[in-house]
Amino acid sequence: MKDAITQDAPLLKLKGLEKRFELDKGLLEQIKFKNGKLTREARAVHAVNGINLTANRGEALCVVGESGCGKSTVARLVAGLLTPSAGEIHYDGSRIDTLGRRELLPLRKKMQMVFQNPYSSLNPRMTIQQALEEPVSHHFPKLSRAEVRDKVAEVMRSVGVDPSWGKRYPHEFSGGQRQRIAIARALTVDPEFVIADEPISALDVSIQAQILNLMLEAKDERGLTYLFITHDLSVVQHFGTRVAVLYLGTLCELSDTATLFENPKHPYSRALLSAVPQLKDDKPNHIRLKGEIPTPIEMPQGCPFQSRCAFATNRCQAEKPRPLQQPDGSLVACHAVEEGRIDA
Amino acid sequence: MTDINATREPGRLGRVWNSNFVYSFRKNPVAVVSMAIFLLIAAAALLAPWLAPVDPYDPSLFDIMDSELPPVWSDSGDSRFLFGTDDQGRDLWSAILYGTRLSLIIGLCAVALQALLGISIGLIAGYVGGRTDSLLMRLADIQLSFSTLMVAIIFLAVTQAMFGSETFNQYAVFMLIAVIGVAEWPQYARTVRATVLAEKKKEYVDSARVLGFGPLRIMVRHILPNSLSPIFVISTVQVANAIISEASLSFLGLGMPPSQPSLGSLISSGFDYIFSGSWWITAIPGVVLVVLVLVINLLGDWMRDVLNPKLYKG
Amino acid sequence: MSLLSVRDLTVKFAMRDQTVTALNQISFDVGRGERIGIVGESGAGKSITGFSLLNLISKPGFIAGGEILFDGQDIAKMKEAELRKIRGNRMAMIFQDPMVTLNPVLTIGQQMVETLMAHRKLSRAEAEQIAVLKLREVYIPSPEERLHQYPHELSGGMRQRIIIAIALLLDPQLIIADEPTTALDVTIQADIMELLLELCQSNKVGLILITHDLGVVSQMTERTLVMYAGRIIENGPTREIINDPQHPYTQGLINALPQQTLPGHKLKQIPGNMPALTDIPPGCPFSPRCSYATDRCRSERPRISRYGTVEVACHEVERLLKDEKKEMTA
Repeated sequence: MKDAITQDAPLLKLKGLEKRFELDKGLLEQIKFKNGKLTREARAVHAVNGINLTANRGEALCVVGESGCGKSTVARLVAGLLTPSAGEIHYDGSRIDTLGRRELLPLRKKMQMVFQNPYSSLNPRMTIQQALEEPVSHHFPKLSRAEVRDKVAEVMRSVGVDPSWGKRYPHEFSGGQRQRIAIARALTVDPEFVIADEPISALDVSIQAQILNLMLEAKDERGLTYLFITHDLSVVQHFGTRVAVLYLGTLCELSDTATLFENPKHPYSRALLSAVPQLKDDKPNHIRLKGEIPTPIEMPQGCPFQSRCAFATNRCQAEKPRPLQQPDGSLVACHAVEEGRIDA
Repeated sequence: MTDINATREPGRLGRVWNSNFVYSFRKNPVAVVSMAIFLLIAAAALLAPWLAPVDPYDPSLFDIMDSELPPVWSDSGDSRFLFGTDDQGRDLWSAILYGTRLSLIIGLCAVALQALLGISIGLIAGYVGGRTDSLLMRLADIQLSFSTLMVAIIFLAVTQAMFGSETFNQYAVFMLIAVIGVAEWPQYARTVRATVLAEKKKEYVDSARVLGFGPLRIMVRHILPNSLSPIFVISTVQVANAIISEASLSFLGLGMPPSQPSLGSLISSGFDYIFSGSWWITAIPGVVLVVLVLVINLLGDWMRDVLNPKLYKG
Repeated sequence: MSLLSVRDLTVKFAMRDQTVTALNQISFDVGRGERIGIVGESGAGKSITGFSLLNLISKPGFIAGGEILFDGQDIAKMKEAELRKIRGNRMAMIFQDPMVTLNPVLTIGQQMVETLMAHRKLSRAEAEQIAVLKLREVYIPSPEERLHQYPHELSGGMRQRIIIAIALLLDPQLIIADEPTTALDVTIQADIMELLLELCQSNKVGLILITHDLGVVSQMTERTLVMYAGRIIENGPTREIINDPQHPYTQGLINALPQQTLPGHKLKQIPGNMPALTDIPPGCPFSPRCSYATDRCRSERPRISRYGTVEVACHEVERLLKDEKKEMTA
């Protein structure tokens, strides 16, 4: 019974996660002269506003949204590169956002990250061999040099990088090869959870397919769980088991990939899906959104999407919608959906 | 084992020879000439004990009868003294060789001290950020708002008065290195901090953090090697500056004593005789100083152009 | 006669110790009001094509041969003064990043009025009127106010609209758009593309759309050129290229898209990487990655030749189509 519970418990759990970036740090910047009075106010970017999310073992949870929606911030919060302003992050049942660097060390082996830009995610002054050996010897100090080398060679082969390239520097490789090497570096410590922040958006189309295949293979062979951040919906459809759609740091819709693509419910998810240029469809019948994404500095009261939403009412302006369970299992945060004002 | 090395070595040499850095050096005549002159001066200075006909530090070898002899190429020159002699009858050629050696040693050591202080402070300020950064950078600002020479003059004058010139002269080299080294560390600290701030944003640093490496390792193994270009550039300029600072201090009588002259004190000691016609005592060390500083600065300019990340992307 | 006719255009770059061919004898035509797309991966030479059409290639690059006939005049041989009359005036260019294309220290109005007054004899008031008109055409709300704003006061999508308005200011005959929406979000991209399409159609302006996104090309253009390693390898009506690509590279590019595979299944990837311009293999540049490659492909460069409505540079396509013809006659 107990085993069953730990099996079903989510690997990653975000509870009311929030992140603000202060814009006015010093006291002098905070003092403003308004209406003849000196007031003190600090502006902040509300990058992530109270997100609840879980990732189960073995799944690929995709987080999509446009620039400024806070998807990369979520990835960096989970990876421990940023500390949350509020909320909790639980990994495998224990809270991790309050741990220090040393306490996190055992977790670093389990949780790894792949970055967007393979041109800057590898240290240009380290050979491939050095870059790959460093994490192994850091986390497995008991291994001998030969064992370290064997392990690195094995990982290199598994991502399609010839171990004999080890003496070369990153600038001698193409973008796709560098991203393979970056993935190899994350895999050298045998993680079970990989955060991938737009890992293919800097690559060419034919190379994107190679990298996606590689990541799918690694998932099957190593039983990895992914938190996959992307803006590309066609990749989500192919790669994700579940999708979270973010808008202005808030969760709009969370559902199984197939459900989302068949039947998107939130007005924003609908617009996003319709905006993807289709290859064989002549008629672009995309839903035009009025305006553009507001800056996350002054967050509107109520629903963050109201300013661009065709279904917005007074209630949307006043009250922030909570994510509600739908009959098909998805979670949607929208008053219009709740009130049945949008026909499916 | 030796076989492997022997076959690999030419390849590596070839790689260096063809690298952008060396290539642009080969294609730049100013840089090549400057480097040649610098190496010549440096070699002469290094080999001073073997090249110099007499030991300029040993007054017992001087003959007052030989004083103020002009260089060999003028009519009343003496073939024993290539560049003539100074007021005490000291061979100027030997004095210049030894003096250049002293100037170079003081310049290089002072810059090494500056670099050590500045790089560590800059790295910490840039990487740690926040209050530590503000504190260290305000310190640098304060240090910079004093002129180097002013600090050095006050410090050296006070120590000279405290310990007496006897003891002071004995430790003058170390005093000069310390004072020039400490006075100019903010140059390094600011440059290093700026590059660290730029490098810190790159994903390889995040990647290192996600892999759980400690701050010291990230700073030294990851950020520092990528911040070397501006450090190289600033070092050349700083060596030239340090040599000039040393010369200025010695000229003012606060540096090397006349018994152990550096280029600055040679210029200074000849200065009194310039109106009596003995121009060479000041002029020849002066020319050596100017040429030395000029070639170092020219090399620095060339290096800045090559390593400028805006002009060249590695 | 077509509006733009490029013949055997070759662009080279003088590197340290060798000369690299960035564009290798490319030829294509753009009709009046025709919209063509140039697709390819980074390094294929599509941006260089765009730049060379306006003779904007700067050192160490140079046009090494061929001609660019715009309305019968050869742009490749024009003097700087003549070029200025064409650039911006009869041929306009829209760049990738709306954040850097506009001059940050001038207001939108100043930039538009200056462009107008440089090419036309207009009073300031007249120029401003035209500017407002053009801003209205690209659906900018309250255009009179925008004229007095600086670029940084506007969002990315708004800026790209303004750049389009500036490109249209002098009623050009051809617009070259180099990845105009890559820096923008999906929902904004869709808006901008729709706007560009609408404007080209209503003003009968020709469009050369340079992009890596086959979906965008499919929606925007009538004809598509596929580039690989500085050559055009396929050229034909967009529908045909998308639905029935002939060249193995085009096939691979389309098949590699995630939409073309069932979710969760392995994507059909093209192995390897595009060769660097410094070491393009002899023969067909795609041969090392091509599953159909024969010895002939590895030694002899395929010429681009026409089969029906499509032009393809591939030995294998040539052979297959010949076989088909034989079968038909037999």
